[in-house]
Amino acid sequence: MGKISLKQVTKAFGDAEVIPPLDLDINEGEFVVFVGPSGCGKSTLLRLIAGLEDVSSGTIEIDGQNATEVPPAKRGLAMVFQSYALYPHMSVRKNIAFPLKMAKMDPAEQERRVTAAAKVLNLTDYLDRRPGQLSGGQRQRVAIGRAIVREPAAFLFDEPLSNLDAALRVNMRLEISELHQSLATTMIYVTHDQVEAMTMADKIVVLRAGRIEQVGTPLELYRTPANQFVAGFIGSPKMNFITGEEAARFGAHTIGIRPEHCVLSTTDGTWKGKVGVAEHLGSDTFLYVTVPGMDPLTVRVQGEAGVHHGDTVFISPVAENLHRFEANGLAIRQATA
Amino acid sequence: MSRRVSNRRKALVTVIAWAIGIAIFFPILWTVLTSFKTEAEAIASPPSFVFFDWTLENYTEVNERSDYFLHFMNSVIISLGSTLLGLAIAIPAAWSMAFVPAKRTKDVLMWMLSTKMLPPVGVLIPIYLLFRDFGLLDTRTGLVIVLTLINLPIIVWMLFTYFKEIPGEILEAARMDGAGLWEEVIHVLTPMAVPGIASTLLLNVILAWNEAFWTLNLTAAKAAPLTAFIASYSSPEGLFYAKLSAASTLAIAPILVLGWFSQKQLVRGLTFGAVK
Repeated sequence: MGKISLKQVTKAFGDAEVIPPLDLDINEGEFVVFVGPSGCGKSTLLRLIAGLEDVSSGTIEIDGQNATEVPPAKRGLAMVFQSYALYPHMSVRKNIAFPLKMAKMDPAEQERRVTAAAKVLNLTDYLDRRPGQLSGGQRQRVAIGRAIVREPAAFLFDEPLSNLDAALRVNMRLEISELHQSLATTMIYVTHDQVEAMTMADKIVVLRAGRIEQVGTPLELYRTPANQFVAGFIGSPKMNFITGEEAARFGAHTIGIRPEHCVLSTTDGTWKGKVGVAEHLGSDTFLYVTVPGMDPLTVRVQGEAGVHHGDTVFISPVAENLHRFEANGLAIRQATA
Repeated sequence: MSRRVSNRRKALVTVIAWAIGIAIFFPILWTVLTSFKTEAEAIASPPSFVFFDWTLENYTEVNERSDYFLHFMNSVIISLGSTLLGLAIAIPAAWSMAFVPAKRTKDVLMWMLSTKMLPPVGVLIPIYLLFRDFGLLDTRTGLVIVLTLINLPIIVWMLFTYFKEIPGEILEAARMDGAGLWEEVIHVLTPMAVPGIASTLLLNVILAWNEAFWTLNLTAAKAAPLTAFIASYSSPEGLFYAKLSAASTLAIAPILVLGWFSQKQLVRGLTFGAVK
C-alpha cells in the first residue's frame, strides 16, 4: 500500500501553467520530500496528489488504481496542514476521532485507536482540551494524530513545521522521522527548508517553476547535483560559484565549490583574498573572503580558523569535490584532473 | 503603544459620550413617558417631565380598540418567517461565494447590495399589482416573501463576510478526513459559523420587525403587524399623542427586550470582519 505514480500531470490556473507535464513515481514506504523555493509548485503538486486541486491533464495512480477523478475523501490519504487545520470546536479526542467517525467505525474501535495514537504522541493528558488551549507543538501532534489513526495509504505533509520555533522544529523533525521508521508508510513532505529535506528524506524531489530539477537521495543530490540550481539549493552554507576566466581554466562555464571543500592557508593556494566577516559557530567558522575578480567566497573551517578580519589568506578547492557546469547550468559529468 | 490621557480629558469624553447616548435614547424615553399621560398633558406646553398624573388609560383604550395580540403574532410570524426563509437561501449562496468564488462573485455581491440602493417606492406599483393578481395582499405569506427579498442582500453579505473568516484549510482537512460535502457542512462549517448565523438572524428579525414601508402598504387588517398597529393611532385631527405613544411602547417593547439580551451577539455580528 502507498505507491503513487504521476503520469504527464499538468496544472494550470487560468492561463498560468504552474506544473508543466510531470512524471514521478513514489514507492511504497518511501519518505519523499518535495523541496524548492517558494512558488515552485511543490504545494500545488501535493494538493494535486491529495485531490484538493484537479489536474488539468494527466493521470494520478494510487496503488495501481487510477485516482485522477477520485475525490479527496476517497483517496485513502491523510494530510497534515501548515496551519494544522484542527477543528476548533471539537476536543482533541474528537479531532483525532473525526476521520474514524466519517468512516463510520465502531465507537469502541475508535476509542481504542484514539487512545493508542494519543499515547504515541504524548497527548493522553490533553484529550479533553480544545485546540485553542494547546501550544503549537501540541497542536501539530494532534494534526499528526488525526492523520495516523486512519492508517492511510500515505501521509501528505504541507510544510508542517514552519509555524514552530527553531528548537521545537528540530524535535518534531525527529519525531516525524521516528514515526516513519515505526509505521513504514509512504510519506510525502513539502518544505522549502533544505535542511529538513536532507535530514528526513529517503528521496528528495527538487522543484523549480513546476519542473523537477532532480530526484535522488540526499547524498546523491549533495555529491552529484544535476545542475547549478540543485547545486546551489542543496547544502548549507550555499555552494560558491565562480565564472569567467577562473572557470575556463577548469574547462567549464561555471565552477562550483562547497564552503566545506575549500582549503584555507595563510601561505599559498589557488586564490588570494582578504577575510571579511567571520562567523564563529563554535564547531565551525564561516569565513567570507573577498577575492579580486570573483564574488565573495564562503569558506567553512572546522573549529577556530585563527584568522581575523582583514587578514590575507589563500584558498584552494579540493579537486575531487569541484563541480563544473555548462553555460546552460547543466553539470559536466567527468572527473576533473 | 499607550497614550497618557489626562483625567480632565477623560471626564470630558465621558460627558460627551453620555450626552450623545441620552440624545439618542431620549425619543424612546419620551414616548414611554407620554404613554402614561392624558391626551391633554401630552400636548401641554411647557411639557411636564415626570410630575404629571400617571395613568394607564391609554393602554386600556388601545387594548379595547385593537387586537394587540393579533398584530404581535403577525409581527413574530413575518419577521421570523422572512429571516428563516432568507437564511435557508443565503447560507448556500454565501457558502459558494466564500469558498468556491468564481470570476464574477464580487460583481454579484455588489449587484445584490445595489438593489438596496433603489428606493422601494419605485417598485411599489408593480409589486402591489403582482400581489393583487396573486392574491397576496394582506396575507402573512405575501409579507414573508417581500421582506425576505428586501433583506436577502444583507443576510447574504453578513454570512459571506462571516464565512470568509473561516480558514479554507479546515474544510479541506475535513475533506481529507473523509467527509462528504454534507458531513463537512453539518460537522465542521455550521458549528464554526453558529455565532455568525445567530447574529445575522437577530439583526434580520429586528430589521423585519421594524420594516414599515411594505407592511403598511401591502396590508389592511388581517396580516397587519405592529407597525400598522402603531400607524392606526395616528390621525389627521383630534388628540392622539398619548394613545400613539402607548401603541408604540407596546410595539417596540418585545424587540427592545430581545435587543437588550442579545447586544453582545449583535455588536459582534455588525463589526465582524472589521478588525482582524
